[in-house]
Amino acid sequence: MTMPFYAPPEQVMKDRAEYAQKGIARGRSLVACLYEGGVLLVAENPSKTLHKISEIYDRIAFAGVGKYNEYDQLRVAGVRHADTKGFAYSREDVDARSLANLYAQYLGNVFTHEMKPLEVEILVAELGAGSRPTQLFHIAYEGTITDEDRFAVLGGDAEAILDAFSGLYQEGWSLADAVKATTSALAGPERTLGADQLECAVLAEGATRRTFRRLDDVELAELLAG
Amino acid sequence: MALPLFDVTTDPGPSFTSLLQASGVSSLATGDLAGTIPHATTVVALRYADGVVMAGDRRATSGHTIAHRAMEKVFPADRFSAVAIAGSAGMAMEMVRLFQVQLEHYEKVEGVTLSLEGKANQLAQMVRSHLPLAMQGFIVVPLFCGFDLTRQTGRIFGYDASGGHYEEADFQTNGSGGPDARTTIKLGYREGLTRDQALELAVLALYEAADADAGTGGPDVIRGIYPIVSTVTAEGYARVADQEVADRFAAVIERRRELTGDAGGALR
Repeated sequence: MTMPFYAPPEQVMKDRAEYAQKGIARGRSLVACLYEGGVLLVAENPSKTLHKISEIYDRIAFAGVGKYNEYDQLRVAGVRHADTKGFAYSREDVDARSLANLYAQYLGNVFTHEMKPLEVEILVAELGAGSRPTQLFHIAYEGTITDEDRFAVLGGDAEAILDAFSGLYQEGWSLADAVKATTSALAGPERTLGADQLECAVLAEGATRRTFRRLDDVELAELLAG
Repeated sequence: MALPLFDVTTDPGPSFTSLLQASGVSSLATGDLAGTIPHATTVVALRYADGVVMAGDRRATSGHTIAHRAMEKVFPADRFSAVAIAGSAGMAMEMVRLFQVQLEHYEKVEGVTLSLEGKANQLAQMVRSHLPLAMQGFIVVPLFCGFDLTRQTGRIFGYDASGGHYEEADFQTNGSGGPDARTTIKLGYREGLTRDQALELAVLALYEAADADAGTGGPDVIRGIYPIVSTVTAEGYARVADQEVADRFAAVIERRRELTGDAGGALR
């Protein structure tokens, strides 16, 4: 019978955090920001089918970076939570705040109790209506939740991108300006990103109840060129 | 509410009904009110050149009483399909609500929409699982139609209470006024109707059904309540504006007045 080695809790947490950060840093980053028409979400993602950004509910979007299978599991749970809640109560009772809290609790639990933390960082965005403001809930791998009312950056290069983007951000700017600025912030000083390397979606008021809309390559190229 | 996470063996997949079962949220409640439940209806669907027209009256009855004058019986199921209901109002509404969420839920979880055939099958399974309640008198029989994006054509599916569903070639009606509406459409139907002609025929069918069936409401000119008429085409579901429906009924009424009240052997 062997005795397990003693590891101080500080060390365990530090190791886990490092592990999660490393996993997240391997993937590409994502920027979300407000613009005149709603919320814009832009991710560097060459895949057309494995999405980083998706729809949760009428006015709620989800974005994740890091390990695909892990944030996709969270996305599906979010859709399930929202649809069940909207069906049991009413569509207007579904809000991003409660969902973000659930995500934060789950990520926090996994971080402290499981062998391996989730290597993800997620964002829950909600397009405001009436008294509810437009909000971005940023949830880190260990369950830390922050709410932003202008923009949020997720991923490994978050600090550098955040620095670049903070200087560009303008209150109430157009979709084209927002797309151009987010793209250049994601690309950094040494690269340029084309429409085919980006995944882009908006939460914007339209003709229908569902406000989530993906921007296809053609539309994205026009916005970047214009 | 907790975050609904499942392990791989119990995962309900993209099905919203399975999810409800797995999370213990019940739908389609039971009760002992058969006989006093409002029903009786006329709903119609017919194909035309650009897609399908679906229309339904607004009356709900409870015995011999008019329970509701402005009931909606035609709903968008998703962007490219519509569903109309006949039967126990409460159960039917619940079924439509569940069906709408089911389609949207699948689309969001899977990232693609179900095929039209798949949607029709889903609805059939809901009708089928409702059979025990149908046996107690809470019958719900939907009518489903949509625009098939792969075949680029409108398609119509009729149902029976046991969940059997049958694709109809050109048109189908449902409800207590269904037979009258069906005969009207049958006499006026041709292949490749224009939108104008199809709407005219749908309105005429509802008019005839209301004329003959006590459970079907006609155009309520005094209150300004008109049947719901909608189209599903390659551009998606669209409800025809009340004013256009009102004008079309006004035209039918005007023609009837010229013919001194009855059809007098002339269909239109």
